[in-house]
Amino acid sequence: MPDRSADRGDRGARVDARGWGWRHAGRRLPAVSDLDLVVEPGERVLLLGASGAGKSTLLAGLAGVLGGDDEGDATGELLVDGRLPADQRGRVGLVLQDPDSQVVLARVGDDVAFGCENLGVPRDEIWRRVDESLDDVGLDLPRSASTSALSGGQKQRLALAGALAMRPGLVLLDEPTASLDPAGVVEVRDSVHRALDRTGATLVVVEHRVSVWSPVVDRVVVLAAGGGVLADGHPDDVLVAERDRLTAAGVWVPGVAPVVPPRTRTTATTLLTADDLAVGRRGRRGPAVATGVDLTVSSGRALAVTGPNGAGKSTLALTLAGLLSTAGGSLVASPELADDAGPTPSRWRSRELLTRVGTVFQDPEHQFLTATVRAELAVGPEALGAPPARVADRVDHLLERLRLDHLALANPFTLSGGEKRRLSVATVLATRPRLLVLDEPTFGQDARTWRELVLLLAELLDEGSAVAAVTHDAEFVEALADDRLVLPAGARTVAA
Amino acid sequence: MSVLAPVVAPGVVGRVNPVAKLLAALVLAVALLLSIDWVSAGVALALEVLLLPWAGLTARQLLRRTSPLWFAAPLSIVATVLYGRDEGAVLAQFWWISVTEGSVSLAFAIGLRILAVGIPGIVLLATTDPTDLADGLAQVLRLPARFVLGGLAGLRLVGLFADDWRQLALARRARGVADSGGPIGAVRRFGGQAFSLLVLSVRRGSKLATAMEAKGFGSDAPRTWARPSTVGPRDVVLVAIGVAVAAAAITAAVLAGTWEFVLA
Amino acid sequence: MSVTMSANGSTPGRQERPAATSPRRPSRRWRVVDIVVASVIGVACGVVFWAWGIAWTPLSGLLAFTPGLSGLLAGGWLFAGVLGGLVVRKPGAALYTEVMAAVVSMLIGTQWGFSTLIWGVVQGLGAELVLALFLYSSWRLHVALLSGAAAGLAVALLDTSFSDSIAALAPEYKLVYGVSAVVSGVVLAGLLSWLATRGLARTGALSRFASGRSADVRV
Ligand SMILES: Nc1ncnc2c1ncn2[C@@H]1O[C@H](COP(=O)(O)OP(=O)(O)OP(=O)(O)O)[C@@H](O)[C@H]1O
Ligand SMILES: Nc1ncnc2c1ncn2[C@@H]1O[C@H](COP(=O)(O)OP(=O)(O)OP(=O)(O)O)[C@@H](O)[C@H]1O
Ligand SMILES: [Mg+2]
Ligand SMILES: [Mg+2]
Repeated sequence: MPDRSADRGDRGARVDARGWGWRHAGRRLPAVSDLDLVVEPGERVLLLGASGAGKSTLLAGLAGVLGGDDEGDATGELLVDGRLPADQRGRVGLVLQDPDSQVVLARVGDDVAFGCENLGVPRDEIWRRVDESLDDVGLDLPRSASTSALSGGQKQRLALAGALAMRPGLVLLDEPTASLDPAGVVEVRDSVHRALDRTGATLVVVEHRVSVWSPVVDRVVVLAAGGGVLADGHPDDVLVAERDRLTAAGVWVPGVAPVVPPRTRTTATTLLTADDLAVGRRGRRGPAVATGVDLTVSSGRALAVTGPNGAGKSTLALTLAGLLSTAGGSLVASPELADDAGPTPSRWRSRELLTRVGTVFQDPEHQFLTATVRAELAVGPEALGAPPARVADRVDHLLERLRLDHLALANPFTLSGGEKRRLSVATVLATRPRLLVLDEPTFGQDARTWRELVLLLAELLDEGSAVAAVTHDAEFVEALADDRLVLPAGARTVAA
Repeated sequence: MSVLAPVVAPGVVGRVNPVAKLLAALVLAVALLLSIDWVSAGVALALEVLLLPWAGLTARQLLRRTSPLWFAAPLSIVATVLYGRDEGAVLAQFWWISVTEGSVSLAFAIGLRILAVGIPGIVLLATTDPTDLADGLAQVLRLPARFVLGGLAGLRLVGLFADDWRQLALARRARGVADSGGPIGAVRRFGGQAFSLLVLSVRRGSKLATAMEAKGFGSDAPRTWARPSTVGPRDVVLVAIGVAVAAAAITAAVLAGTWEFVLA
Repeated sequence: MSVTMSANGSTPGRQERPAATSPRRPSRRWRVVDIVVASVIGVACGVVFWAWGIAWTPLSGLLAFTPGLSGLLAGGWLFAGVLGGLVVRKPGAALYTEVMAAVVSMLIGTQWGFSTLIWGVVQGLGAELVLALFLYSSWRLHVALLSGAAAGLAVALLDTSFSDSIAALAPEYKLVYGVSAVVSGVVLAGLLSWLATRGLARTGALSRFASGRSADVRV
């Protein structure tokens, strides 16, 4: 079988957008409109824009996966190498924003090989590329490892490896490092850099944190929320010249220090104490993924949990939230938190949990239950039996505060990545729990919503709520954390 | 889902092409379905039992996997004894139910046939990895790759059912809707959660299709296979064994005069 | 599919159309999403088939006081085809989904072993036939019910000739079996699948399918 990627050449692809726009079916307003953009072969572009500005939509368009006529309306023209993107599959490698939905096959090696197989790459070459890509992205797992038990960060690396193995002429990355640990961010960025140097491929990367990618890219394009391009040029020029306009539009401009909210509260009471705690996905019935955790969570204080991918942070968060039973050691809720519900959070009833602990899952889609944003926010308050007028009030307030009001009737699953994250945080805020357990709450947020979230949490802290947040976001830790816990990697090997 | 997880067979069987296993099981099933008689079923079952030690399953695995059969066979026997087509001498009679010589021998044959058809199917498929099966179907049987791999992707998503189910339960608990009154509430919640699971999988499937297309899947361009699926002597032997057992069963029944073609 | 539309109309592209009109002739070719979602539904139903197979033994024992009445349980293995057909709306979808479900229940392990596949094919053909008779263009309730009935009829014919304990029944009981299988097909396969499709569409999960877009409200 001929290696088609070879005779096409591995040089970079060219992108032409002329007045392009896309309106998703079921939406009144287009996600992208009036876009005029030319990306020359080999250029490396950082695509910025507020949450919901249409970045992911543009990448999907470039990869030719927006779907047919009945999935939305296109205007204008969008071409890759002068042809329709849908006819150029394989020429374009896309890493989607949501790593969870990209795993195709059951074994790590097979999954990375999948793209190459579709392109007709010869077998020996496939496996060479598989090993190389796995190595490049730092996914230290055997080919035969199962893809169903990966942590969020590991899945992201896997998706990236699959795309790089295809040796595309146009690499499209949608927030590829958002759920990686800081060391992983640099590692993955550098491996993308190396791959581009090797192949000369064009790069379009979406990432809210400019500082990560600015050393690698040679052009920044900022999408305007209302359509078109807000700014375009060399990173240094754009970010300096347009600093104020970009900051106002919610772009993270390096050097603009994030707000550190003033905190007023000084007293604290202990709500939750962990002593030599061990946590595991199946609680007592399965293996522990992290052991020997000692911590206290206190009212008015924020605890930040950090650590490498796969260290067990999410598992710890679910345990603290009373959703998983402990795998060992003790976790005790103080009477201030528990009231009459007993000292063991995992034994609380579901409704008792609502006012005590609110949980934001790492994957926001895991917690959506209804078909509209508004109904989603009302679930908690209604379960508590709040009168309809109060529910509506609270919902309206949150919608406005987290800039979701224009999406009140949209289906939660159709939101952009950042919008989903905001909604999942809002659902928790709706019941005003005394303890907030947040798994990567600022994941994928633009600077404006980031600030809004941090301010909101600071307010809650001042009102006496406690926050336990799992995060890779150093600014977030800097801005809010009173206590810090670092989970080391590899606890899994210790436990049975 | 653990029930879908293949047993990793250490021996020869683990290396037989899944397509050959499929073929062997198919030959046996079709041959035995053609007649209901105790000789053909009995001979096939006896030969299969002789072959079991080479199946690559431990006794425990074997017992667990074949458990549906051990429920089904006795119950079918009882049902046929009581309600089967009556023939020959009446052995017992209560109201409209009559137990006759004919219905008893039929029941015996049916019990044997359930085991004879069921055991090879279960045993051969228990040691088959779905990915390898898909590889075989597409490369050996040349079924369309789009459907085989699309099906495999769907299969994997459902393999995550157990995990997803736990995750959904966590989410519902966290959102405050996991305890509403009594056993009726529990049944309703179970139904609701099961439906959510379907919704979740359909949603995942839609997104996964996008990811697959982004990886160049679904075009008409020729595709290579990273994992070769080949047919060798080992596979031919397995199919031959299947054919031989089927032939032995039918021959024995015809010679014994018990062969009774179902459509005749 | 196309994502571009040239301004002067020289590229064959999508036609601009007003938002409310919809009935364009849908394509008959299976998209990747059709295949994957049909498979997901098939596999999910397969798990239910398998569970139903286990529940069937005691349940049919209970129904055994009237021989043949166990046909009422047949619908538990028929809904996959109708559901797949209603959701995906492509030729062959009912057959594909039903076969997929049968194969999965077989992979997990049923007492019927390999013959499960054969049954799946015949049941799927039954459901498919009705959808084809309506030229794959009507998906209303009566079509779903008829499709379920046809699947029931197909499996009744198969069971009364080949199935272990059913083929052994006396002729009058076979008739009872056939009628109850059809009834079961209408209710468990036809009605239930129709309701499930509607429910799925309401959640927005079918947004990439024609079956999920009947109520088009823009937000
Ligand atoms: N499948 C869909 N159906 C309907 N609307 C959608 C769909 N996907 C995205 N949208 C909407 O289109 C708009 C742009 O979304 P998109 O995902 O492109 O934003 P984004 O710039 O990537 O944002 P983020 O930074 O939050 O990821 C949003 O308002 C979103 O709600
Ligand atoms: N559903 C699951 N089933 C089994 N094992 C899992 C599951 N999810 C995660 N794991 C494993 O548990 C360990 C801890 O996972 P966890 O998600 O808690 O890590 P994490 O610290 O949150 O990582 P990340 O920063 O990547 O989100 C990992 O080794 C992972 O492989
Ligand atoms: Mg996005
Ligand atoms: Mg995590």
